[in-house]
Amino acid sequence: MSDVFGAVFSVYFLAQLVRTAAPYVLAALGGTISERSGVVNIALEGKLLVGAFCCAVGAIESGSATVGALCGILGGMVVGWLYGLAVLRFGADQIVSGVAINLLALGLTRYLLKLFYGSTANSPPAPGFGDSVWRNVLLYVVIGLVLAFQFGFRRTRFGLRLRAVGEHPEACETLGLSVLRIRWMAVLIAGGVAGLGGAWLALDNHAFVANMSGGRGYIALAAVIMGSWRPKYVALACLLFASAEALQVVMQVAKVPVPREFVQSLPYILTMVAMAGLIGRSRAPASLGKPHERG
Amino acid sequence: MTKRGNELFLQVYGVAVALLVAMAAGSVLILIFGQSPANVYGVLLSKTWGNAHGIGQTLFKSTPLIFTGLSVALAFRAGLFNIGCEGQLLVGSFACALVGSALPMSTPALLAVPLAIAVAGLAGGALGAIPGALRAYTGSHEVINTIMLNFIASAAVLWAGNRFFFVEETTHTAEIVSTAELPSLGISGSALNGSFFLAFACAGLFWVLMDRSRRGFELRAVGLSPLAAENAGIDVRRSIVVAMTLSGAIAGIVGANFVLGYKHYFEEGLGRGMGFMGIAVALLGRNNPIGIIFAALLFGTLSNGGLEVNAFVPKELIEVLQAVIILAVAITSATTQRALAKGGAS
Repeated sequence: MSDVFGAVFSVYFLAQLVRTAAPYVLAALGGTISERSGVVNIALEGKLLVGAFCCAVGAIESGSATVGALCGILGGMVVGWLYGLAVLRFGADQIVSGVAINLLALGLTRYLLKLFYGSTANSPPAPGFGDSVWRNVLLYVVIGLVLAFQFGFRRTRFGLRLRAVGEHPEACETLGLSVLRIRWMAVLIAGGVAGLGGAWLALDNHAFVANMSGGRGYIALAAVIMGSWRPKYVALACLLFASAEALQVVMQVAKVPVPREFVQSLPYILTMVAMAGLIGRSRAPASLGKPHERG
Repeated sequence: MTKRGNELFLQVYGVAVALLVAMAAGSVLILIFGQSPANVYGVLLSKTWGNAHGIGQTLFKSTPLIFTGLSVALAFRAGLFNIGCEGQLLVGSFACALVGSALPMSTPALLAVPLAIAVAGLAGGALGAIPGALRAYTGSHEVINTIMLNFIASAAVLWAGNRFFFVEETTHTAEIVSTAELPSLGISGSALNGSFFLAFACAGLFWVLMDRSRRGFELRAVGLSPLAAENAGIDVRRSIVVAMTLSGAIAGIVGANFVLGYKHYFEEGLGRGMGFMGIAVALLGRNNPIGIIFAALLFGTLSNGGLEVNAFVPKELIEVLQAVIILAVAITSATTQRALAKGGAS
């Protein structure tokens, strides 16, 4: 067991933890802003995937990781736009649309991968931001975003409006706020931030791999709930989930007899327990998932 | 036009628009790949419905979708969203294969087949009951819980399989006893089997339960307005648990198609995606058994056609088509419903 403790408190483990957590944090921040405005975000998975794909294409074609990251943001925003079109413009069911977008992202990225690079499995190697996570400029962008979200939600006019729209859209409409406009902004920002999460995956991996989001969007969704829709707690929840994942690697090396599958399931189990137990203390935005009819 | 006729027209119209949008989007993708859309769609149609083998395979691919479509629809009519079919069909199939392989060789088919199906339903139902009970008694939302359970179920099955049940060096279980097998329907070597009729029986039972029974009325009442149902003396909490359990059970029976009728063992990855597709089938079929059968045939056709068009364009085209259909139907059903509501008010 002492091996495990030794490994846990090593710099290597910390780097592994940060590397794993960053895409979760980005996707979950996207989920948080969208859900705070009252729009469910099952589509995080698709945004991560499209973000990763666009980033890889951008980075490969330009030879620059920065261009790749920007393409990732843009890709995520396009998915956000499509999602907004379905659920905001046409009032389609948010959960069904989210599931559809995730399927679309999965199929379309592989189709285009084949078209661009002749393989449905992975892209050619893409440049990254170097192998040290501490020197990765994106890491500081992630930290900055967490702080900005935390501050923005609580201390800015947009944050107040965002939360108000999520809680009571009719009241906001009465005050002359455009509910749809604020939700559109939230959905687009969510797309961009989650797209950046996808970019992290592609740059960290130095390539795009089919289905490389691998369910991370759903873990991020879980983190949004675990963190009770508050950016700083959401980020902490992401760290918690990522540490379960990083721990699994360490435990495997140290041959601790705990099934890998159990550790993998921990985020999901914890989320279910939290949701069942924390109701009353933590609750979702009141209008979450309900389409808004302009009065 | 009568109100009923008007409603039907708008629904058919919505589906037709969705199909056209999907075909248009697909055409763009086919064109940028340098192929002819007419050719690809032609191959898709002729290879799936143009000969006996194709038809058999298409019906085989549609069978699990009828089950998962009914599963999602049942929950939906009770006001619940079951995204957990994926996990429910996994544990159902797994349990089905374990029981099927544990039975003594001499078990008569009349006992073995119903037993294996019942176990599949029980296992799926048990997994469905969890989010049902959590929703009913803690208020925790079933959408998130079913998503979480999909991952947990998949990890648990993999662990149990690797640890105890998979044949060494493989990711599948031992074969079930031959008397538990559902017979192949023998259509030109296709995998179509007896579970196709089981799916139709399920659709019939679904109709009797939901549209002709008291319990079904209660479930629908809870779906329409839990508060009103509560005031009418319906036990809302129990109804929620019942709906999710039944929904999970129907999804669990998907195992019959793969395990009892086709592979004769459980294999890692079997039925993947069928649960999510069930959401599309239920939506497209308007949560009605006949509609669901047609929607399942459509999605089954696409699934089966994927391999056939792969010679011309990547088979991922099919996933894109399916996704666009779902998205477009979600949009048209929202807009037609609004049109209907407006028509009703005037």
